[in-house]
Amino acid sequence: MKTNSNMKNQSSDGMKQILKMLFQDYKWHLLFVIIGILGSALATVKGTLFIQTLIDDYIIPLTTAESPDFGPLLQALTKIACIYLIGIICAYMYNRIMVNVGQGTMKKVRIRLFTHMESLPIKYFDTHAHGDIMSVYTNDTDTLRQFIGISLPQLLNSFISIVSVFISMVMLNIPLTILTVAMVVIMLVSTRVIAGKSGKYFGKQQADLGAVNGYIEEMMSGQKVVKVFCHEEESIAQFRKKNEELRASAEKANGYANILMPVIVQLGNVSYVFCAIAGGILALNGYTGLTIGALISFLTLNKSFNQPFGQISQQINSVIMAQAGINRIFEVLNETPEVDEGYVTLVNAKKAEDGTLTESDHHTGIWAWKHFHKADNTTTYTELRGDIVFEDVDFGYTDEKMVLHNINLYAHEGQKIAFVGSTGAGKTTITNLINRFYDIQRGTIRYDGINIGKIQKADLRSSLGIVLQDTHLFTGTVMDNIRYGRLDATDEECMAAAKLANADKFIEHLPDGYDTMLSGDGASLSQGQRQLLAIARAAVADPPVLILDEATSSIDTRTEELVQRGMDQLMKGRTTFVIAHRLSTVKNSDCIMVLEQGHIIERGSHDDLIAEKGKYYQLYTGGMQEN
Amino acid sequence: MLKTLVQQIRQYKKASLLTMFFAMLEVFMEIAIPLLMASIIDNGIAKGNLSHVYLYGVIMLLTACVSLSCGYLAGKFAATASTGFAANLRDAMYVNIQTFSFANIDKYSTPGLVTRLTTDVTNVQNAYQMIIRMCIRAPFSLILALIMAISISPQISMVFAVAIVFLTICLGTIIYKAMPVFNSVFKKYDDLNASVQENITGIRVVKSFVREEHENTKFETAVENLYKMFVKAESYLSFNNPAMMAAMYGCILAISWFGANFIVKGRLTTGELTSLFTYVMSILMSLMMLSMAFVMITISMASAKRIAEVIQEKADLVSPDNAIDTVEDGRVEFHHVNFSYKKDSRNYVLSDINFAVKSGETIGIIGGTGSAKSSLVNLISRLYDVSEGSVFVGGKDVREYDLETLRNQVAVVLQKNELFSGTILENLRWGNEHATEEECIAACKAACADEFIERFPRKYHTYIEQGGSNVSGGQKQRLCIARALLKNPKVLILDDSTSAVDTATDANIRRAFLEQIPGTTKFIIAQRVSSIQEADRIIVMDNGKIDAIGTHEELVANNDIYREIYEGQTKGGGDFDEN
Repeated sequence: MKTNSNMKNQSSDGMKQILKMLFQDYKWHLLFVIIGILGSALATVKGTLFIQTLIDDYIIPLTTAESPDFGPLLQALTKIACIYLIGIICAYMYNRIMVNVGQGTMKKVRIRLFTHMESLPIKYFDTHAHGDIMSVYTNDTDTLRQFIGISLPQLLNSFISIVSVFISMVMLNIPLTILTVAMVVIMLVSTRVIAGKSGKYFGKQQADLGAVNGYIEEMMSGQKVVKVFCHEEESIAQFRKKNEELRASAEKANGYANILMPVIVQLGNVSYVFCAIAGGILALNGYTGLTIGALISFLTLNKSFNQPFGQISQQINSVIMAQAGINRIFEVLNETPEVDEGYVTLVNAKKAEDGTLTESDHHTGIWAWKHFHKADNTTTYTELRGDIVFEDVDFGYTDEKMVLHNINLYAHEGQKIAFVGSTGAGKTTITNLINRFYDIQRGTIRYDGINIGKIQKADLRSSLGIVLQDTHLFTGTVMDNIRYGRLDATDEECMAAAKLANADKFIEHLPDGYDTMLSGDGASLSQGQRQLLAIARAAVADPPVLILDEATSSIDTRTEELVQRGMDQLMKGRTTFVIAHRLSTVKNSDCIMVLEQGHIIERGSHDDLIAEKGKYYQLYTGGMQEN
Repeated sequence: MLKTLVQQIRQYKKASLLTMFFAMLEVFMEIAIPLLMASIIDNGIAKGNLSHVYLYGVIMLLTACVSLSCGYLAGKFAATASTGFAANLRDAMYVNIQTFSFANIDKYSTPGLVTRLTTDVTNVQNAYQMIIRMCIRAPFSLILALIMAISISPQISMVFAVAIVFLTICLGTIIYKAMPVFNSVFKKYDDLNASVQENITGIRVVKSFVREEHENTKFETAVENLYKMFVKAESYLSFNNPAMMAAMYGCILAISWFGANFIVKGRLTTGELTSLFTYVMSILMSLMMLSMAFVMITISMASAKRIAEVIQEKADLVSPDNAIDTVEDGRVEFHHVNFSYKKDSRNYVLSDINFAVKSGETIGIIGGTGSAKSSLVNLISRLYDVSEGSVFVGGKDVREYDLETLRNQVAVVLQKNELFSGTILENLRWGNEHATEEECIAACKAACADEFIERFPRKYHTYIEQGGSNVSGGQKQRLCIARALLKNPKVLILDDSTSAVDTATDANIRRAFLEQIPGTTKFIIAQRVSSIQEADRIIVMDNGKIDAIGTHEELVANNDIYREIYEGQTKGGGDFDEN
């Protein structure tokens, strides 16, 4: 039980927030739901009580009467039929409204989760396993759906039944009510004990399931290695051990969960017997004014009172599971989103004859940084050129450990800067700083002379085009994927971009050309084709600055040539940062930076660096020297 | 399909049957208890006979105890049976997956298999528990209650018949209407999750192009659609409860009316009337449970299908009868081999491969991506079967060998290699479980892995995290080579296994091979010419065909592709590969 109450303490937060959300958004809905539940519960109670009055007030007089008159009975039945009808309508009403409440809340939670996720910094995605984030959307929202859709109405219903039956009981006889309540307390205690045990084993079951899951994942992804080493037997033996543990804990957890219901029901029967005996003694001796008819009604109420506790006990496990799920949902919702203190924005601009810039309300082809200076309350415009400067930049993913040290570099408009070095030298990290996926610890990065910290992130990023090593495409047509670069691009512009990237040839060979649907991250395309699409996507965005991160890495030589030509086209007239390990990509750069362990150890043009006979020379001739 | 699953109940048949048995007993008690209650009221309280109340009270308590024990046992056995069944299903799948060939493995994705082994099994487990607890019990209690009702008054029982028909029609219509909507909802739901997945993996693209708003709008539209469909599906279900209530209330009203008439005519007692009211509940509840069970079973059908698929998947590569269990030497021969990953496809990945390698030779293989280098070597240890022609190792067709023998003698270091969570020693012993620590160290020395292992604080007892995430790419490759060396194979295949190792170490490893395992035939696939240029012979692959075979010098002189690659890498095509 201890674990259970601990869990409750930690988790009441998420639960509270969900309930708050429910009651705020669906005040009126819930009011009607409660009215509906009340109506249907009252109809049920009324119905049970009617059975007794039926016998006492109608049937028994009928049997004793000389000439039986069924009129009053018919009247009474019509009356009760009306009540039943109201009950049924109420039941439909609350069930139907609850659908909207439940699904509406689900919708809201999903949208909140998603929009919040989109606002989180890259760091969040780099430090959380993607499977874990996914599981919030699938497993955890599923438990929430169960909770809102099934458990919550059940609990509400049970609660209202309990209250209304309780009031009827009190009105009939107080001592018997006390006895009934005492028995319910015993039921609740047993529920706590059993649910506590089953909760404990459910916890263990989840942990064991996690272990099995992890093991399967590891072995399945290494299955080919298992085959090559004929390691099947050992792998099975290990799996069996974990599987058996899971079976044992699942058996215990389910076992306890299964016996909960019979225990509650039979305790209810015991309660009935006790009430019958106690009531019999009271009624026959005339104590507390209990009549036999009232006792019979009370016994019926006793049954209706015990029943909802059985229902509640059934919902306990799903509530516990929902709590854990809701907590994980709020864990994501409580992550701090990416902060943006930038105030410099990118605007369309017109250039006057004297070279001064003014803001324009339509697309002019010229862009300018709109920079508002607080100090003297003036606004200046700087033309977007694509000039990037790093000054003494230090960076680390955590404050304790710097991975880039003292980086200085100047990339002037239209220049091509290349980064080379071994894995982990910090090449990709540098490009992550330009678009502010990560923020630097020391130094400054300037874009057209403006500290990038002052530029709004959205504007900064839209002025940079990035082609990454792992190309990600989205579900949609080929055209949609190219247009991702600029949403208002026309079909013609997209096709022109595809042509520029050399992607048009393969696209035209696809079954539906530009309208071919891609799904599963463009799984139907080859790596090279995906990369060409990514280049077309960057081309349609038409940014002044390009970052190409190993954009041609795992492509065979022929495709590479094609991709390379596409990229060369794209790079014309733009400031470009290139990370590559193929020399052909790097050689004609204006400046090559050689990185080692976060330091720029050499810089210069290809010829300079070769002449220098340093690390670059070594890397370049390395293959040959060893032999 | 169901047969495949049912076979996996195995040792839990007894528990399953016991569950049904005790569930049935429980039903008897459940029927008896209302009778006892009625008797307490009719013969005890109504007649002022307290001793009758005591007597029947005690009987009822005893019955409750028996019922409790039955419920307890049924619950316990149900848990044992269903979780045991689930464990058997996982076991059967896992064991069968171990027999899969590479071609079988390629058919399933890792997450797909994980889902089948976890979520799908849980669904089936729940459905199975439902079946053994409810599917005997509910019809049984339905029939029993009906019999009791008919024995009291056959005429009034006609009311139940009407109610059952009414409820069956209602529930049937609801299920019939809701099921297709639910099916498409779940499909939409999967699509929605797929788009979330897309956003998580492609977050850098989303952020780079500042498409957060765009993605949000897209997602909101999708969620809105899902919401509408869910509401549609569930609003059918919201007729469930009212239908049930209507049936129950209808029964109560009808029984009240007819009951009153019968009692007046003296054909029914008031106690019997009360009992009839009780049976209303148990009959309708049973129907409700049956419909619930039906829905649950339908939902779990998809899971059951996916599980059966894995269990039934037949490994397409098996050891032959009378398999040869020794490999004579490291000779390798390809005879007019054609190979395609798809069965019966004439679209060959490898076509007309012909060559012979003597024992102890070192063979380099080079060629562009997609030139089928890996496909070629995968045939040697029979990871795939040839489509036409044959591959010989040690003078015998690979299909004549026992698979384990063949794979122990032909060691492959795969391109996409994996280490497993466990210590370095444990990982190395995958190659040979009886290897002593000294042998492991020797293998690591040959693979140039010793130098970095010695620098770890716990040396050979260093724990490797899942997927080898705590060693670098180059270190991982060297460990994988050492692991393969421990097999002491007659043929060793390195499939681009030193790509992340720097050139000097790469050369050292090759030198060690020459000195320590001269008798082993070695195939080395590489991107770098430097890795293979000292090989006895080099095979140049192009587009699934052998373009040329020869020594480095011969190829430089005579082969265009080879010369192009060589010059590319030495003059202006240098490769700044990760060191």
